[in-house]
Amino acid sequence: MSKNYYDASDLRKFGKITEWSEELGNKFFDYYGKVFEEGALTAREKSLIALAVAHTEQCPYCIDAYTKDGLQRGVTKEEMMEAIHVGAAIKSGATLVHGVQMMNKVNKLDG
Amino acid sequence: MATATKSLKKQGSDLAQSNKQLEILSNGIFQNGELPTFKNKISETNQFPLKAKKLEILQINVGYMCNQVCDHCHVDAGPDRKEIMTRDTMRQCLEVIKNSGAHTLDLTGGAPEMNPDFRWFVEEAAKVGIKDFIVRSNLTIIRANKKYYDLPDFFKKHNVHVVSSMPHWTRGKTDKQRGDGVFDKSIKALQELNDRGYGMPDSDLRLDLVYNPSGAFLPGDQAAMEKDFKKALMEDFGIQFHNLFAITNLPIARFLDFLIASENYEDYMYQLVEAYNPAAVKNVMCTNTLSISWDGYLFDCDFNQMLELPVNSKAKHISEFNEELLEGRNIVISQHCYGCTAGAGSSCQGSVA
Repeated sequence: MSKNYYDASDLRKFGKITEWSEELGNKFFDYYGKVFEEGALTAREKSLIALAVAHTEQCPYCIDAYTKDGLQRGVTKEEMMEAIHVGAAIKSGATLVHGVQMMNKVNKLDG
Repeated sequence: MATATKSLKKQGSDLAQSNKQLEILSNGIFQNGELPTFKNKISETNQFPLKAKKLEILQINVGYMCNQVCDHCHVDAGPDRKEIMTRDTMRQCLEVIKNSGAHTLDLTGGAPEMNPDFRWFVEEAAKVGIKDFIVRSNLTIIRANKKYYDLPDFFKKHNVHVVSSMPHWTRGKTDKQRGDGVFDKSIKALQELNDRGYGMPDSDLRLDLVYNPSGAFLPGDQAAMEKDFKKALMEDFGIQFHNLFAITNLPIARFLDFLIASENYEDYMYQLVEAYNPAAVKNVMCTNTLSISWDGYLFDCDFNQMLELPVNSKAKHISEFNEELLEGRNIVISQHCYGCTAGAGSSCQGSVA
């Protein structure tokens, strides 16, 4: 077993999760595949959303997967970086908006 | 990655030798059983041996000389390559074009236009009246030198179907793969072709673009890429074209060199094998194509030509061409063939499945 928590080659083994729970695994992959099909959003738009979320979730496997997926779809590095900034803006916004709660509490406790 | 200025051959690289490339493709992950060989993979669906069907496409490589040194060229083409088809070999090809049942003639290179007898050959071949006459033009050759400026008119005069490489609709990605200034020259060349009527929606003057990825990843969906290319080229430059062919980079020559140098080789081979599509095997181009090298030898495809894997037939040279003998021959395969069976498949005419 690897001494590292993350191993890039483990991504190739993702499909193996069905081996220990076939029905749930298959349902997940069916759902996953369906989500990324062309719909009201294009597959390209979904790929960029996935890339941004991969970063906010800080999932190295997802980052590898959706960087490559973006390249395959002709997404430029500028588009990828902008998508990540969207994720980062929401993350930092979500932190900072809680500042209002802090302010409320200070105002209540300390006038 | 910096764009090279010399071919692997000129650099004296080991990978310029086809036997070294074949060794890499047969060893490592394919030798230790980590990944199945192509032969074993197609045997799973009873598709081994692959057999040549009726000949439909004659693809003639008129020489490896090129004005560009693209990062991923499977030909290892460049200005320093001196392999050029002679007029005598062209005459032999013309005899075959006249007498074979092929409906498509496909001239490639290098930059085919750099062969000194290119125009003579096109004029003679056009007289035969073959249904689809393709020239694979890298576009920049049209702007490389004054002597090539009239190529769009020449193509039009002979009703040549122009198929051109265009890695991306942005300058950065295109120049990274094909060299500085390639994008601007390509755009200018496309505009000139459009001016002659090439690529217009109702025009018979066919203009198709070839997209191949700029790195160690597979091409996306051909139809979606075509839509994106059309939108961007029209909005940014008013350029129109007919179809986009999405072609997978095969792990040979300079692309193999890049994969190894960037430590992407194993991951890329995994990608190809994981994307293997048995439906694509039925339509791989080697089953209806014959590739002829600059010196007249016969191959199942342009990739096998570069790997120096000759046809498995008694007829090995254009001078010995015999359509009956060649039909039904066993196609020569190795692990590079995974490139043509990944996903929607890949051929010189784009996706096949």
